[in-house]
Amino acid sequence: MSLPVIEVKDLTFSYNSLGTTHTAIENVNLKIEKGELVGIIGHTGSGKSTLIQHLNGLLKPNSGTVLIDGEDIFSKECDLRKIRFKVGLVFQYPEYQLFEETVYNDIAFGPKNMGLSPDEIDKRVKEAAAFTGVEDYLNKSPFDLSGGQKRRVAIAGVIAMDPEILILDEPAAGLDPKGRDKILGQIKKYQREKGNTVLLVSHSMEDIAKLATKVLVMADGKVEAYDIPEKIFADTERIEKIGLAVPQITEVFEILKKNGIEIKESIFSVEYAKKVLLSLIGEGEDA
Amino acid sequence: MLSNITIGQYYPGSSPVHKLDPRTKILITVLYIVMLFAAAEVIGLLPGIIFFILSYIISGVPLKMIFRSLKPIIPLIVFTAVLNLFFVGNDVIFEFWIIKITGEGLRFSIFMIVRIIALIAGTSLLTYTTTPIMLTDGLESLLSPLKKLKFPVHELSMMMTIALRFIPTLIEETSKIMSAQKARGADLESGGLLKRAKALIPILIPLFVSAFRRAEELALAMESRCYHGGEGRTRLRELHFKLRDIISLLITALFLASVFVLNSL
Ligand SMILES: Nc1ncnc2c1ncn2[C@@H]1O[C@H](COP(=O)(O)OP(=O)(O)OP(=O)(O)O)[C@@H](O)[C@H]1O
Ligand SMILES: [Mg+2]
Repeated sequence: MSLPVIEVKDLTFSYNSLGTTHTAIENVNLKIEKGELVGIIGHTGSGKSTLIQHLNGLLKPNSGTVLIDGEDIFSKECDLRKIRFKVGLVFQYPEYQLFEETVYNDIAFGPKNMGLSPDEIDKRVKEAAAFTGVEDYLNKSPFDLSGGQKRRVAIAGVIAMDPEILILDEPAAGLDPKGRDKILGQIKKYQREKGNTVLLVSHSMEDIAKLATKVLVMADGKVEAYDIPEKIFADTERIEKIGLAVPQITEVFEILKKNGIEIKESIFSVEYAKKVLLSLIGEGEDA
Repeated sequence: MLSNITIGQYYPGSSPVHKLDPRTKILITVLYIVMLFAAAEVIGLLPGIIFFILSYIISGVPLKMIFRSLKPIIPLIVFTAVLNLFFVGNDVIFEFWIIKITGEGLRFSIFMIVRIIALIAGTSLLTYTTTPIMLTDGLESLLSPLKKLKFPVHELSMMMTIALRFIPTLIEETSKIMSAQKARGADLESGGLLKRAKALIPILIPLFVSAFRRAEELALAMESRCYHGGEGRTRLRELHFKLRDIISLLITALFLASVFVLNSL
């Protein structure tokens, strides 16, 4: 068993405001292996955004530790800036972070902070721009772009740092279907082809079911479950109890099952559903 | 760090202090400031200090809120203390190298520190016990005689209401932007003055952009609800002076008078 890239131990954090405290995450324990694409789901306010901000040290926990590649990021010896280059974090609605005169310079902000050579920066910026499909706007002002274009520039700004661990907080929310598929496809590629670890927060069960190799379910600041999607989406009742839903295709098959069609597996992606249905029909023709 | 700023933050409650008419509270605060500035010696600050401690106790606002309001001005306090310590008076009581501390300097710097602390702590009670809306309503009503002189009282108070309303929003936004830039490796904590000033650019620009965007959206929202300035606008909450307002003003006046008595001793 190899060392997990991310290990979270007994993490608890509460927000303080005006003398009141609100515990946002409580006793979170988690081990994420290298190369996984972890889908993070949970109801609004379940602590997803809070949890991921601990993984690159932006929030400091009240108690507990976070180990990245076995290194305790909250220890005194640890240089948090180095961790942030290794753990790239794309915030929820990241478009408000743009500030440079041109898209090019904005994407270059991260690589520049890393102290890379100008040639390397140039290469990284162009790659990252192509990654999210903004290569045509490189010389435009980021403030002249549409919301969705800004979003893609902001994502490119993190991709340009080429982080080993990429964390995205609802990157596709509010994008059109095509832009959405493109971004998510690229994120999948980032994990599968480069062997990087990716954490993806999303409210779309379909996206999670299609992309994730593991699913982390958060509920009320606690980890409800962490397992492969097959197992997570098999338990429809449990998922619905915490205010989430299983993918629509899974629901369809639940109904089919209730109506007496014999399907053993739990089905959560359209592709797989197609395969199962075709084989069912195939059987019918044989008989 | 940013969440420690308390200006414009209301501490909900239903104490007598909370229930006072905002105009009364503004007048009392003005009298209180006069109280502090009328004091000629440390002893003269005593009524002011007793006054604000009593007010805090009656208001039910926890005393730790005082420290919270003081935190952001600690540098100012230290600066004032040091300046007065070294540059006032000539009755030297302590000398080392080029540093001379005088008795008068010491007394004066203690006086100044106590005064600043009392000033900030006391005046923040006003914002702790009065919602920003009530505050500007009160201010508008107090300033309304100036309308005769064509002074834009309503516009001013509307601007203040909006500004106060957006302070917490801006603070939240700033910390969000700071996090986002830190995640891209922005270094805000180290380096010389120039480097730090430069490091603020990635934070200030998005902040301004979003502030302007918000302003535009707000203006549109107000116009689509037919806002057209103060003329003929009626109020949801009418302000009325009550007996308790008169009593509190009288008590404050007594405290102020005692400062003058102490001064002349
Ligand atoms: N800056 C803050 N100050 C105070 N409380 C906060 C702050 N940010 C979040 N919270 C609280 O912490 C809890 C967890 O919030 P968090 O943003 O982590 O939820 P989330 O799972 O990301 O939700 P969403 O799906 O809506 O993005 C919420 O109850 C929220 O009210
Ligand atoms: Mg969130």
